[in-house]
Amino acid sequence: MSTLFEEVPAGFGDDVPVRRVTLTVNGEQRAANVEPRLLLAHLLRNGFRLTGTHTGCDTTNCGACTVLYDGVPVKSCTMLAVQADGHDIGTVEGLASASELHPIQEGFKDEHGLQCGFCTPGMMLAAKALLDENPNPSEDEIRWALSGNLCRCTGYQNIVKAVMWAADRLSGTDNDDNDGDDGGADGAASDAGEEG
Amino acid sequence: MALDEIKIGGLGASRRRVEDNRFIRGKGNYIDDIVLPGMLHMEILRSPLAHARIRSIDASAAWAIPGVRMVLTGDMLAARNLAWMPTLSYDTQAVLATDKVRFQGQEVACVVADDPYIAKDGCEAIVVDYEPLPPIVNPTQAKAPDAPLIRDDKTGQDSNVVFDWEVGDREGTDRAFAEADVISTIEMHYPRSHPSPIEACGSIADFNRATSKLTVYMTTQAPHIIRAAVALVAELPEHMIRIVSPDLGGGFGNKVPVYPGYVVSILASILLERPVKWIEDKSGNLISTGFGRDIYLKGEMALRSDGRILGVRMHTDSDHGAFFSDAQPSKFKVGLMHSAFSCYDIGAAHLTAQGVYTNKAPGGVAYRCSFRVTEAMFFQERMVQAAASDLGMDQAEFRRINLVRDDDFPHRTPWGFLTDSGQYGKCLDLGLEAIGYEDFLRQKEEARKRGRLLGIGISTMTEPLGAGNSREYDILGIKMFDSAELKVHMTGKALLRTGAKTQGQGHETTWAQIVAHELGIPAEDVLVEEGDTDTAPFGMGTYASRSTPVAGAAVAMVSRKIRAKARRIAAHLLEVSEEDIEWELGRFSVRGAPDRGVTIQECAIAAYSNMPDGMEPGLENNAYYDPPNLTWPFACYIATVEVDPETGVWDVLRVVAVDDCGVRINPMIVEGQIMGGLTEAYAMANMQFITFDEDGNCIGSNYMDYLLPTAWETPGFELHEVVTPCPHHPIGAKGIGECATVGGPAAFVNAVIDAIGDAGVRNIDMPLLPDRVHEAITAGHDVSGAPPVKTEP
Repeated sequence: MSTLFEEVPAGFGDDVPVRRVTLTVNGEQRAANVEPRLLLAHLLRNGFRLTGTHTGCDTTNCGACTVLYDGVPVKSCTMLAVQADGHDIGTVEGLASASELHPIQEGFKDEHGLQCGFCTPGMMLAAKALLDENPNPSEDEIRWALSGNLCRCTGYQNIVKAVMWAADRLSGTDNDDNDGDDGGADGAASDAGEEG
Repeated sequence: MALDEIKIGGLGASRRRVEDNRFIRGKGNYIDDIVLPGMLHMEILRSPLAHARIRSIDASAAWAIPGVRMVLTGDMLAARNLAWMPTLSYDTQAVLATDKVRFQGQEVACVVADDPYIAKDGCEAIVVDYEPLPPIVNPTQAKAPDAPLIRDDKTGQDSNVVFDWEVGDREGTDRAFAEADVISTIEMHYPRSHPSPIEACGSIADFNRATSKLTVYMTTQAPHIIRAAVALVAELPEHMIRIVSPDLGGGFGNKVPVYPGYVVSILASILLERPVKWIEDKSGNLISTGFGRDIYLKGEMALRSDGRILGVRMHTDSDHGAFFSDAQPSKFKVGLMHSAFSCYDIGAAHLTAQGVYTNKAPGGVAYRCSFRVTEAMFFQERMVQAAASDLGMDQAEFRRINLVRDDDFPHRTPWGFLTDSGQYGKCLDLGLEAIGYEDFLRQKEEARKRGRLLGIGISTMTEPLGAGNSREYDILGIKMFDSAELKVHMTGKALLRTGAKTQGQGHETTWAQIVAHELGIPAEDVLVEEGDTDTAPFGMGTYASRSTPVAGAAVAMVSRKIRAKARRIAAHLLEVSEEDIEWELGRFSVRGAPDRGVTIQECAIAAYSNMPDGMEPGLENNAYYDPPNLTWPFACYIATVEVDPETGVWDVLRVVAVDDCGVRINPMIVEGQIMGGLTEAYAMANMQFITFDEDGNCIGSNYMDYLLPTAWETPGFELHEVVTPCPHHPIGAKGIGECATVGGPAAFVNAVIDAIGDAGVRNIDMPLLPDRVHEAITAGHDVSGAPPVKTEP
C-alpha cells in the first residue's frame, strides 16, 4: 500500500489519519502505520507480503482469508488492521517450521485435500484451531468446524480425511494403513512425490 | 529388470501432487500475489440498472482525488476504437458502456489510482445520469413483438434473437412420433448458475514503451486465445504480447471469456506506461462474468409400449444475456446440446434451438461443462425418468432396454456423433448393486406406509469430452488441437510444457506421469510448466474436459518422438542396428542380449555428448495433437433421498457414482475430480442459482445470497469404476473433470421427484428449494423457477 509504506499521493492532506499498529505475526513482532480503514487481510498481504492469506468473497462467507487471532480463527477480510493491534496473528506461513511441515499440511497433501489451493490456507488454519481444542474430532465435528470455509474443487470429503490424518499423526496414531483401498502403490508413489 | 512403473510415478500411480508443495505453504502465485514495481490499481464502476440510457458521466470529482491517476470512460475508449470488443462467439461486447447499459453490473468506468482503496473512492465519486429503460429478464419477454431492442448498437439486428438453429431429422422424427404408443412430454428450466471459483478474475498489464512489449498476467484458462484476442482488439503485434496465466484459484469455465477489466487494464497501462493491476471483487465476479445455463426445454419422447424409445424432440430457448460472449465451437450455436441421448439407442431425433438477448450479464459459458452438455444430459435424464413413469416402467429397467449395447460400438447417434466404446450395462448394474436397488425399493414402500417419503434417482449418461477434432471444432476459426513440448536435459531430467492450463486439475503431476509411462523417466524428474505464451507451445487451453483427451495425448505423442530419437542413439551406443534394439520401460537393450543395454538417461547425455554422425544434437521435440474423435466417458450416478413432507426439506441418504473414464492416469486425482463434480451437482440441485427480479436486479450478487454448499451439508460419496479404454487416445484415457457435474444433478432431482411421485408432479425446477418442493407436494403441480416478469399496472 503506497499510502502506508511508500510514496504519499501528491495532494494528500493532513486529514488522512494514520495509526500505528504493533502485533505479533507468526511469532514475530511487526509494526506498521495504517489507515484506520485498512483491512487486516490487506495489511498481511500487501503490507507484510504474507500472500498465503487469500481474499475470496469480501463478505466473511468463503473463509479463504482465515487467520488465527490469538489462536481463534477469524476472517481477516472483514477485520480492520487496527483491531489486530497488540494481538497475536497466525497465518499459513507460520504453520511449517524451517525443517518440516505441520501434520495438517502433510495431511492435506497426502489425502488430496486440495486442488486449486486457493481455499487451502484458510481451511488448514480452521482445522488447526479445531485440533488445538479437540485433538480427536469426529467427522461431524470436522465438517461443522470447517463449515465457514468454502471449497469449490474437492467436495470436502478429502479435506475431512486430511484433518483426520493430521489428528492421527498429532496423537501419535500410526496412519500408514488408514486408506486401505489405495493399496501399496500409493505409499511408494507418495514417497516419490515428496520433496527430498 | 524392467522399472516398476508405479514406483517411478507412471500411469496408474496415485502420485501425490507436486503443486501442493507450494499451495500448502501459502506460497502459490495467484494473480493478486503478483506485485510489479510502480504498479497502479484499477477498480470498475458498474451499472446499478439493468437497462438504461446513459445521459452523462461526470468524473471530475474522481479526477480531483489525490492518488487518482486516470479515469477511463466509454467515450475515451470510443475515441481509440476500443469501446466494443469482439467476443469468442462472433458477437461484440461493450468494454465500457457508451450509449446505454444493458445489464446490472455492466462496466461503465474505470479508475486507476495509487492503491485500490483510492481507486474505489474514485469510483464512488463518479456521477452517472441514467435514463431507465424497460428491462427484459427472460426469453418470453425478449421475443414479444413489442419488446424493446436490447442490441440497438448492431446494424441489421431487428429483434432480440441471437440465433435460430436446428439439427437432426425432422421428417424421420415426425414419423417416429406418428408410430408411438405413448408420447411423453416435459418442460423445464435449467437455472442460471455461476461457476464461481473462490478466486475472482484479475489482470496486471505491464506495457514497456522502451521495448514495445506488453506483458499481461491474467486469470485465464486459455492464454493463447487471449493473446490472439488482445492482438486483434488492441491492434498490437502478436509477438510483442506475452500472456501469463499464473496459479488460478479455480476456473470452472469462468476464466475462459475475455472480460472488459482485462482490456481496460491493458489500455491504462499503455496510456500511463506503468503496470496496472485489476482485481475483481466477488460481487463484480458474480454479477458480470460468465454465467452458465439459463436455458428452457420443451422435450417430447415417442415411446413404444414395450419401453423402446422411438424418437426424441427437443426445443431449447437459451438466455444469453446482453452479449453472446461465451466460447462455443463455431458450428454449434447451442453448444453440444445435440449430444443428448448419445448413450441410448433411439430411432430419430430433432432439435430446434433459439438463443435470445436479455438484460442480464452475458451468460451461457460452459460451467464445468463441455459446451452445454450439462444441460443436455440433465434434460435427457429428466425426460427419461418422466418417460419411464409414463410407461409405468421401472426406471432402471427402462434405461437397460434403451442403453447402447457393448457390441453396438461404434455407434452413430441420431444427431451425428460417433460414440466408440463403453460398457453401459455393466456400469448401471454396478451402480444398482452398490446402492442396493431392490432393497431400497422395499424400504421405500415400507416407509411410505408410515408417511415417510424416500426416493431414488438414477442418471446414466455418456458425454462428448475433448473438443475436438479439427474438422468440426474451432473457436473463431482456430482449430481445437493442443500441444506439448518436451526437453530432455543431458542429465536425463526433463522440462515439459503444454498449451493447456491447469486450474487445480493437477497437470504438473499427471503430465509427468505420462512422460514416465512413455519414457521411463521418473515423474519427479519432469518439471511441468504451463500458462506463459512466451514459452508454452500454442494450445487452446483447459476447459470442456479437453486437457487429458487433447493436451495429454500430445504429451504421449511428443514422448514417443523423443523415444524414437533415443532409440537411434541407443543403437549407436550399443553398436547395433536400430532394428536390433528392444524397448522396455526406461531402457533400450540388444535383441537377444538383454544384458547389453542403455537407459534413457544414458541416451540423453549422449544426445549432447556422443551422438551418431549426422544426427542433430539435443533431445527435444514438440507435438501438436488433433484428436480423431471426442472421448466418450460414461457414468451412472444414483442418489437416494428422504423428503420431509411437512417442510419440503430433503436430505441425501447416499450417493453412488460409477465412472468409466478409460485408463486413469492418477486414480487419486480422478477421484478428486469426481467428488468435486458431484458436489457441484448437489449444489445445483439443492441451492445454487442466480435469479433476477422483474427489474433485472441480480439476486445472488454475493455469497450471502448465492449459496454454495459447505462441508456441513455436502453429502458423502461412494465411488466405483469401470475401465473401458478410449480406442483412439494414445494412452486410452478419456475426460473426467466434468462428468459428475454433468450427470449428477439429474440423479438428485430424479430422486426427489421419485420420493413425491404420488403427488402427480413431473417437474420442479432446480434448485429444489424447500418451498418449491413443499408447494409441489401440497398443490400437486409442477413448480417453475423461471424469473418473474413485470406486469405493468
